[in-house]
Amino acid sequence: MSRDWPLWEVFIRSKGGLSHKHVGSVHAPDSELALRHARDVYTRRQEGISLWVVRSSDIVASDPAQDGPMFEPAESKVYRHPTFYEIPDVVTHI
Amino acid sequence: MTPALSSTAPATRDEALFEYALRLGDDSLILGQRLGEWCGHAPALEVDLSLTNFALDLVGQAILFLDIAGTAEGKGRDADRLAFHRDVLAFRNCLLVEQPNGDFARTMARQFLFSNMQVALFDALTHSTEPRLAEIAAKAVKEVRYHAELSAGWVIRLGDGTDESHSRMVDGFDWCWRFVEEMFDMDETELTLMRDGIAVDRATLRAGFDARVEEVLRQATLPVPAYPRAVRGGRRGHHSEHLGHLLAPMQYLPRTYPDAVW
Amino acid sequence: MYTTELGKTDAKAATPISAEDPALIAAFEARVAADEFIEPKDWMPEAYRRTLVRQISQHAHSEIVGMLPEGNWISRAPSLRRKAVLLAKVQDEAGHGLYLYCAAETLGTSRDQMIEALHAGKAKYSTIFNYPTLTWADIGAIGWLVDGAAIMNQVPLQRTSYGPYARAMVKVCKEESFHQRQGYEIMIAMANGTPEQRAMAQDALNRWWWPSLMMFGPPDENSPNSAQSFRWRIKRDSNDELRQKFVDISVPQAEFLGLTVPDPDLVWNEARGAYDFGAVDWEEFYAVVRGEGPVAKERMKARRAAWDEGAWVREAADAHEAKRVARLAA
Repeated sequence: MSRDWPLWEVFIRSKGGLSHKHVGSVHAPDSELALRHARDVYTRRQEGISLWVVRSSDIVASDPAQDGPMFEPAESKVYRHPTFYEIPDVVTHI
Repeated sequence: MTPALSSTAPATRDEALFEYALRLGDDSLILGQRLGEWCGHAPALEVDLSLTNFALDLVGQAILFLDIAGTAEGKGRDADRLAFHRDVLAFRNCLLVEQPNGDFARTMARQFLFSNMQVALFDALTHSTEPRLAEIAAKAVKEVRYHAELSAGWVIRLGDGTDESHSRMVDGFDWCWRFVEEMFDMDETELTLMRDGIAVDRATLRAGFDARVEEVLRQATLPVPAYPRAVRGGRRGHHSEHLGHLLAPMQYLPRTYPDAVW
Repeated sequence: MYTTELGKTDAKAATPISAEDPALIAAFEARVAADEFIEPKDWMPEAYRRTLVRQISQHAHSEIVGMLPEGNWISRAPSLRRKAVLLAKVQDEAGHGLYLYCAAETLGTSRDQMIEALHAGKAKYSTIFNYPTLTWADIGAIGWLVDGAAIMNQVPLQRTSYGPYARAMVKVCKEESFHQRQGYEIMIAMANGTPEQRAMAQDALNRWWWPSLMMFGPPDENSPNSAQSFRWRIKRDSNDELRQKFVDISVPQAEFLGLTVPDPDLVWNEARGAYDFGAVDWEEFYAVVRGEGPVAKERMKARRAAWDEGAWVREAADAHEAKRVARLAA
């Protein structure tokens, strides 16, 4: 049985927000992958600007100025917005 | 120095643009298709998410490039028509992207090599005199930079991980070296477009690519690339045996139901 | 929905409630009754903790196994847009599984342990994912009916008593409506398409309707442990209530598509203001719960293979990090 990767807590500061908000956690073997996994899991809908991941004594944060490659990809992903789909008004409960 | 491929040069600018956009689109489409195969089967949930994320980016790029190709061709073919109704001889992706996934090491080797080429290519393409290509490149370069960084990270972890991961990583790259050269070929089509400022001179990207590859391999404690004789042909429709098998399931629904809209 | 087999006792003996401090129990019950949230460091009865670990992890397993029937069609999606949308949906499901595994871990279990339990057949996942996806129309039916049923179950769970579970549910619910809409849109396209497409759509409804009703679990009279789950706000609605609501909502949606629900006993009951519907085949349901669903073996084989064949990757990443740390310390 293999050992689990360590668990990291993820904090995101959304656009216009004042402080980082805890959004959940990810597993990762190291801090670099923790950030990448956190980006993949928690910002798929363009939900964040700055990501922090913390594991016991470490806190790792991303510098918002370098967030171009980390967050732009989500802007064009319109597929996750329910408004993208045309369901006739007469159909209820969708 | 990259030899020109022996293809007949397209007669018009639009024909050349059609060819070029097809190459860009097919590269992204075929690699996106390969990465989609990992869905639900990756070594960890977080990795599954990453790979699917890449697939999504690449399919998105394919739609944009293939639509441009269809417009340039002017025969009413859109991205779907091109993706689902061409046979192998009409596909223009490089051979690297159609290689089977193999294990995670080979997938990362393929990704690392291709994405590093793509980053340099798209970076240069943002200056294309064809504004639609420049626009796509500007958006996509951020995506592929992410792909390049994540895959480099994995190459290093696996290369300098355990004995088993090291050996698998060596094998993974071993599979791919013969397909690197083709990514930097320039033929009549691309040379013509390059003179118009539309296409990128791929030859100028090679030095930077080599430097990056060597740097990452060194960090990964992997041997320097042993480039064997280059295998090429994708840009003129002569693919490996793998493409046919990839296209068959991908295309079967639209081909089986030609009148259906999905 | 994820509470199947919660009544079964685990191998390790749980502290019987009677052995726990009555004052603590009373305080806990009062908080839950007052609609407060219980957080990871709060005192909780052992039975509450075990029940939640079971329910949350089974919910997580369902999301992960649920990636497989849909992932089956990513390579064959009939348009590039549909391919991209399906990739996004399945990616979301991986994310949901992630949120839920992490929520469960706050209760003292580990991702490893939960996954081993799944692979050993000790942990359950939603019965629905033991059915095969035979045509592209199945992808539409799953989005429409299966995600529809899941939404119905998940919306009330946003106010479940355990904080991390409730917060995971809020995230999940935000993303879920996209899933149902994309599925229903596929059904619209097919129901209004060629004769073959219409036939495929009807066939998909024929196969997915009853398993979707079974998603809500056994009839209330056969759910003996519900009372405690209700009191603890782990369960918010009864199985039969949700099932009835699902039928009432879905039948007009099927009618809009011009498709026939495969239930000859389905009839609107004016007096009740609800649909009367036919009997669910509970024998089939319990067989699937036992692990005898049509493609249960395929699902488990795929998950075990991914985990086992990926072990060298996870180990390599750990080894690399250990080396890095050692170098820094040197």
